[in-house]
Amino acid sequence: MFPLIAENLVVEFQGKQILGPINLKINKGDIAVILGPNGSGKTSLLKALHGILKLRLGTVRWSCLKAESIGKQMFVFQTPIMLRRSVFENLTYPLLLRKTPKAQANHRAAQWVDRIDLRALMHVPATRLSGGEKQKLALARALITEPEMLFLDEPCASLDGKTTFEIESLLQNCVAGGTTIMMSTHDLGQAKRLAKDIYFLNKGTLESVQSAKTFFIKPLSQNASKFIAGDIVE
Amino acid sequence: MNDIWDGIVQAFTLIYTLDSDLIKISLRSLQVTLSALAISCIIALPLAAVLTIQQFKFRRFMIALLNALMGLPPVVVGLLVYIVLSRSGPFGVLDLLYTTTAMIIAQTIIITPLITSIAHQSLRELWSEYHDLLISMNTSHTQRIKTLLWDARRALLTASLAGFGRAIGEVGAIMIVGGNIDNATRVLTTAIALETSKGDFALALALGFVLILITIAVNIGTHWLSQTESEGRW
Repeated sequence: MFPLIAENLVVEFQGKQILGPINLKINKGDIAVILGPNGSGKTSLLKALHGILKLRLGTVRWSCLKAESIGKQMFVFQTPIMLRRSVFENLTYPLLLRKTPKAQANHRAAQWVDRIDLRALMHVPATRLSGGEKQKLALARALITEPEMLFLDEPCASLDGKTTFEIESLLQNCVAGGTTIMMSTHDLGQAKRLAKDIYFLNKGTLESVQSAKTFFIKPLSQNASKFIAGDIVE
Repeated sequence: MNDIWDGIVQAFTLIYTLDSDLIKISLRSLQVTLSALAISCIIALPLAAVLTIQQFKFRRFMIALLNALMGLPPVVVGLLVYIVLSRSGPFGVLDLLYTTTAMIIAQTIIITPLITSIAHQSLRELWSEYHDLLISMNTSHTQRIKTLLWDARRALLTASLAGFGRAIGEVGAIMIVGGNIDNATRVLTTAIALETSKGDFALALALGFVLILITIAVNIGTHWLSQTESEGRW
């Protein structure tokens, strides 16, 4: 399925170009973190690569058939979207979509409620969970399908330290299991903890792509230095 | 005032003594309306879901048309069904005029747009919430429709109860196509109309109270069965 290659990708919103042109390549096992100020196009880039945003120009290619790649990637949204069902049914939902036998789906969901520490709440409507619990559930609902590629849009925005830690552990586990991750964040600490490569995005343009190690010491773009220093990037 | 009091007393007497005519008429009312409701729901709910998720050429026009048809005058529907089913009409050979089947057809035509419109409103809200997730999970159209119908089931129940309310209290159309024939097509509403024109207000009122009781019982029963009001449910 890998590498994922984007060529001259351009996205428009209401006739205005908000992203691109972007060229990038994601290899298996990458942990790519997109950094950048608000409105820089992080979400659009993730959605465009995932294939749920219409491209104005350019291509997103996987090294396998599109139909095959679609089933092997999942997306976790910034605001978790909860199905109006119980926590448990939210977990079995993607499995049942893929025609997994019910017994097997239930078995895996039971494992996952333990992993995200929601066993006590498994029969509670998912919409009644707290923000952190919802995000954990959304992540578990994505990971339960064992995706090869996982996109996350600011998975820890407005979460406290403990939940952020739990989510990061889940992510590290799934990386260890061979999942490739691309996520956006504006939490520099999180980028330092997780990233292998940093994609710095500003005003819809990919200003720099470099390994996380060098990015924080010697960023290639001026705006990135400002961003790391905590200055306002214009 | 006396009439109302007499009506209440007579209503209780009729119910208490299990008056056979009253029971027959009430059961026929329920039979006609519930049949019409069942047929309507089979048409309206999937139609509402398709209108929600599918983009096609005359979609907006159809939604506007259905909204307009919510206020369809029953008498006119009755007249049209009468013409179609009458001896000289296209379906005259079926010999359906002045039967409960004709009444069911008329009521189905009256309440289907109503149920579709109300169901479409609630499904549209749910779809705007689910849209990104279901697109991202690469669900098929059938899976989307199933998910929406299932997760909005309580709102859809309200839509069908609105349809039930309109059908059970309807008199104009079924009077025309059913003919209010004793022991054959007489239902509560047509019986009330008849008794009123005969000047038997007490009996008319008694039947009216029974009609109201049935409506309330069906609504409460449905809510109780589906546990709409219990905490934490949808």
